[in-house]
Amino acid sequence: MESSARAFKENARAAVADPQLKRALAHVKEGFIGKRAKAVAKLPEFEVLRDAARDIKNHTLDHLDLYLEHYERKVTEAGGQVHWCPTAEDARRAVLEICRAAGARTVTKGKSMIAEEIALNDHLEANGITPVETDLGEYIIQLRGETPSHIIAPAVHLTKDLVEADFRAHHTALPPERPLSEPRQLVNEAREILRDKYLAADVGITGANFLVAETGTSVIVTNEGNGDLTQVLPRVHIVVASLEKVVPTLEDVSTILRVLARSATGQECSTYTTFSTGPRRAEDPDGPDQYHVVLLDNGRSSMLGGEFQDMLRCIRCGACMNHCPVYHAIGGHAYGWVYPGPMGAVLTPSLIGIEEAGHLPSASTFCGRCESVCPMRIPLPKMMRHWREREFERHLSPAGARAGLALWAFFAKRPSLYHFVTGMAAPLLAALGRGRFRRLPLAGGWTAHRDMPAPEGRTFRQLWADRRQGGPR
Amino acid sequence: MSEAREQVLGALRRSLRRGDTAETSATASRIAEHRRNLIPARADLPRAEQVALFETWAVQQAASVARVSDATAVPGALAAFLKAENLPAEVRMAPDPELEALPWRDQPMLTVTKGPAREPDAVSLTGALAGIAETGTLLLHSGPAGPTSLNFLPETHVVVLPAERIVASYEDGWDMLRARFGEGTLPRTVNFITGPSRTADIEQTIQLGAHGPRRLHIILVGANADAERD
Repeated sequence: MESSARAFKENARAAVADPQLKRALAHVKEGFIGKRAKAVAKLPEFEVLRDAARDIKNHTLDHLDLYLEHYERKVTEAGGQVHWCPTAEDARRAVLEICRAAGARTVTKGKSMIAEEIALNDHLEANGITPVETDLGEYIIQLRGETPSHIIAPAVHLTKDLVEADFRAHHTALPPERPLSEPRQLVNEAREILRDKYLAADVGITGANFLVAETGTSVIVTNEGNGDLTQVLPRVHIVVASLEKVVPTLEDVSTILRVLARSATGQECSTYTTFSTGPRRAEDPDGPDQYHVVLLDNGRSSMLGGEFQDMLRCIRCGACMNHCPVYHAIGGHAYGWVYPGPMGAVLTPSLIGIEEAGHLPSASTFCGRCESVCPMRIPLPKMMRHWREREFERHLSPAGARAGLALWAFFAKRPSLYHFVTGMAAPLLAALGRGRFRRLPLAGGWTAHRDMPAPEGRTFRQLWADRRQGGPR
Repeated sequence: MSEAREQVLGALRRSLRRGDTAETSATASRIAEHRRNLIPARADLPRAEQVALFETWAVQQAASVARVSDATAVPGALAAFLKAENLPAEVRMAPDPELEALPWRDQPMLTVTKGPAREPDAVSLTGALAGIAETGTLLLHSGPAGPTSLNFLPETHVVVLPAERIVASYEDGWDMLRARFGEGTLPRTVNFITGPSRTADIEQTIQLGAHGPRRLHIILVGANADAERD
């Protein structure tokens, strides 16, 4: 997918000024946070399960090559095929070759962030194959020519009246006077339209929440059942998955599943968790004849063994963005690439480069809510800080910020000078400000939206010194 | 293709600082042992209470549950359910010997055909390998007796579940599958199903019946828990 992460600041400014987006994003804050909290409260073992889930992934990542080899062996034994893909281009080519060999004209797709990452739909379309998204949210944004704005709720940036307008514009064979203002009616209409697509498709493409080394199995976790219709009806099932999705055993998947749905949607468990192993067996009455796994690296192998390895534990639940004040304000599109929110702020620079995505790790208040809810205990703020350091070291941060930091560093390295200057500045600013500044030179970014409180007249160090001498302990 | 494979595995090994002659016994034995991790205590209960817990969670997830004393009562319970829901008296049944053995003659008004689902079959009837008490989840798997399309294509999915197949956890389910299919192998599809299909993709409001079944009805056979509880 093309990135617009360089334009993050402009994107964010436009997003904040969009009243429709603001209405839509209110549902994120109201819905996800409360539901997660309730689900967590119902499971006393939740915190211990988070530790266990983290440990499983850490162990797996430390032996990733070995588990992947075992996984591939089991897929092959079950009659499936693994296609190793170092880059997005390799993965696009692999999918297209399989589709062409199957003589495919249309493919149905379950929701897959990896398919977004490799921009699969555009590639298939450019080669004469029609991809049909079947997840309701993905279907809506495909009609609109948009990308997902959330990793588990791709159309969360839209209100129902916008969806109604899209359906009326695209489903022109249906009577124009039909009622379509309720979510119920919209869901039913999409259901009817997509039914025929499932039955007509030659190939079904799904993602994978997990790959299981023990059995060579891919796992999808869904609520709609679209992924299942996508993979049971066509002749060919293609799974697109990135290589860090592997876990050792079925027991390990079970443990991580217990934290996944609760963190994501606040459900006890998702409606459908489906484990697929190879193509249909000779005696099976239905199922696909071919089973392919397109296994993508795309930069992940170089995250291993370094300071961003922990990010590879991510199970894409979306809890970090659901709890992020920055995401609540600007939504997912402003981040400019596939992965928004805190997990995107860490992952995107790893996958497309800090030169391209340097703004993202800076778009954080470091409030720490993302880390506090991450089921895999990924230290997201710490890793954003690593990116900021790298950005600074490589002289990628803006000149103004660098000059400001250099000025501050000059004084900070000279404590008595620092003390002297701040001792002079505090009473001066207190006198000038009369409680607050409405405008302040060089601080327009702050004062454009809120007042800057003026100092009280004495510096923190002065107050501290007084307190140490005479004040109560 | 194998060049790409070596490229990816080589990159992983370089990052992990591992030589080519890696020690695989640690990972192989972890897989062979498939040790259980922490399992929530919630379903660690006497048998009858496990059945009750299964039912509570299934209903909480918007499934409906009917209890019958023994398998011979299943056709009658199915007919009653279809009537109550205003559904046609036609079902597409899994070619499952356990279901085929039921006394369908008792319900002459009910049309029963067998095989994978076809559009527009309205109601499917399948068995299940297990019910998982922890979350009210059904465990089904593909095979000659279990076409997977029956679980997703029709608007209504009815599942016959003998109460003695209700177990505590997902892990118990895996052990049942290992006993049936052997270590390290699974059938093409294993489905965990908890309630009917749903979506919250439009303004976060939950709607049942997104693409899969609108209704999930479980006929629980031989659940003596009724008598013990009441």
